[in-house]
Amino acid sequence: MRGWLTQHRAALGLTVTRLGSAPFATLLTALVIGVALALPAGLYLLLDNLARLASGVSVVPEITLFLAEGGDHRRAVGRALAERKDVARFRFVGRDEALRDLTRRGGLDDVVASLGHNPLPDAFVITPRDTEPAALQTLQAELGRLPGVASVRLDAAWAKRLAALLALGRDAVLVLAGLLAIPLVAVAFNTIRLQVLAHREEIEISRLLGATDAFVRRPFLYLGAIQGALGALLALAILAGALLLLGQRVEAAAAAYGSTFRLTGLAWRDAAVLLAVSAGLGWLGAWLATTHHLRRP
Amino acid sequence: MIVFSQVTKRYPGGHEALHEVSLTIATGEMVAVTGPSGAGKSTLLKLIAGIERPTSGTVVVDGQNIGRASRRAMPYWRRTLGLVFQDAKLLYDRNCFENVMLPLRIAGMPAREAARRARAALDKVGLLERERAMPLTLSGGEQQRLAIARAIVNRPSILLADEPTGNLDAEYADQLLDMLAAFNRAGVTLVIATHEPKLIQRLEPRVLALRNGRVQA
Repeated sequence: MRGWLTQHRAALGLTVTRLGSAPFATLLTALVIGVALALPAGLYLLLDNLARLASGVSVVPEITLFLAEGGDHRRAVGRALAERKDVARFRFVGRDEALRDLTRRGGLDDVVASLGHNPLPDAFVITPRDTEPAALQTLQAELGRLPGVASVRLDAAWAKRLAALLALGRDAVLVLAGLLAIPLVAVAFNTIRLQVLAHREEIEISRLLGATDAFVRRPFLYLGAIQGALGALLALAILAGALLLLGQRVEAAAAAYGSTFRLTGLAWRDAAVLLAVSAGLGWLGAWLATTHHLRRP
Repeated sequence: MIVFSQVTKRYPGGHEALHEVSLTIATGEMVAVTGPSGAGKSTLLKLIAGIERPTSGTVVVDGQNIGRASRRAMPYWRRTLGLVFQDAKLLYDRNCFENVMLPLRIAGMPAREAARRARAALDKVGLLERERAMPLTLSGGEQQRLAIARAIVNRPSILLADEPTGNLDAEYADQLLDMLAAFNRAGVTLVIATHEPKLIQRLEPRVLALRNGRVQA
């Protein structure tokens, strides 16, 4: 165990020395990886912020029950709603109140005045307890069958469409990230292959002295992983820079709409995942490069 | 004990370096493999070290069939050998001490004991004062002595030297051969390949003369 630790420490030391001895090449490789990673990570961030913005507007869909005209259905329907367990809250909006609301908010005074009578029905606005699409559908159907209810409207259609679009966007990010993983491994492979060639003699001598494949590989695997991690750090820096640039504009725009919405960066957990995945891909590229070299006769 | 039975080695391209060679080298023996260049001396040593595998026949060392050993087993076999080459095959980006440490690092020896052993090996070849020196600042003879220190640091039971004096003048060559002979007296099996048998005669080794890949009677 101690021998094993000693070997790993020695390999890591060797790796750091090699990276330090060619700082420009190290930086350049890390930059290539960083830019390649910043793309899907930035897109992910954009979607994440969009999803947050959307949820801020209306997470909970509302159901509006329009009552039939003529006759007082308010009490009966109100009782039926109070008995339902899947209704969280409900509020009665009388036709007069609705009209006042419309004239005040919509600036439609002229139109309303020209009608001569109130065309709006009485209504209940309901907040359902369960917001799952399937549960909402059932609730909508059952409420529609209540006596005295003329029609039911579910205000969730646009939210559903947005959710679907966001899900599509997330899938696209996954596909993009998967595609970009391939050039990332290729970059690591090529860099490490050059390193392996530069240390060909050392590898040959080490093998003559009884070095296992694992011993020969170790410093190169560290090299690949560290380079990947450096790339991920650069990608995070690029994202942070972009956020800094865009953040103020977004805040100003949000303020104009009376919102306090702010862009947020990657969560610590996501940043850690990015770092780990990038290091892992660098490691994989290095493994392929060294194996390619070692398997040659 | 090293036993070759009917060993033939043919390289890709058809060149036959060894032809049905059978020989036995006893444990603790000193053997000089002689012959002109191209006679198959290096190939014979490479077969013992497992660097090459025989085309036919068997190479058995201490009961292990080296020619049939698996790829995975080979590193552990190499660690029981000491190898010295004509070009010292040193790592020129590390100092003398680090060069001698390499076999011990490969074997995973704890750093403290490895350092102690490396210094002892450097001391044996008279290079202890130069441990911080880079190999390129050493003379040819000193570089070859450093290579010997590296070969013996893991206490091998067999020492294989391929033209170890090839690049040295006579005085340095004598010094080096004396050093190798000293390890042989301590019980290490010593196999030296050389095309100048005169140099080694005074150590009275058993001579294996090769010519065109065959052992001369």
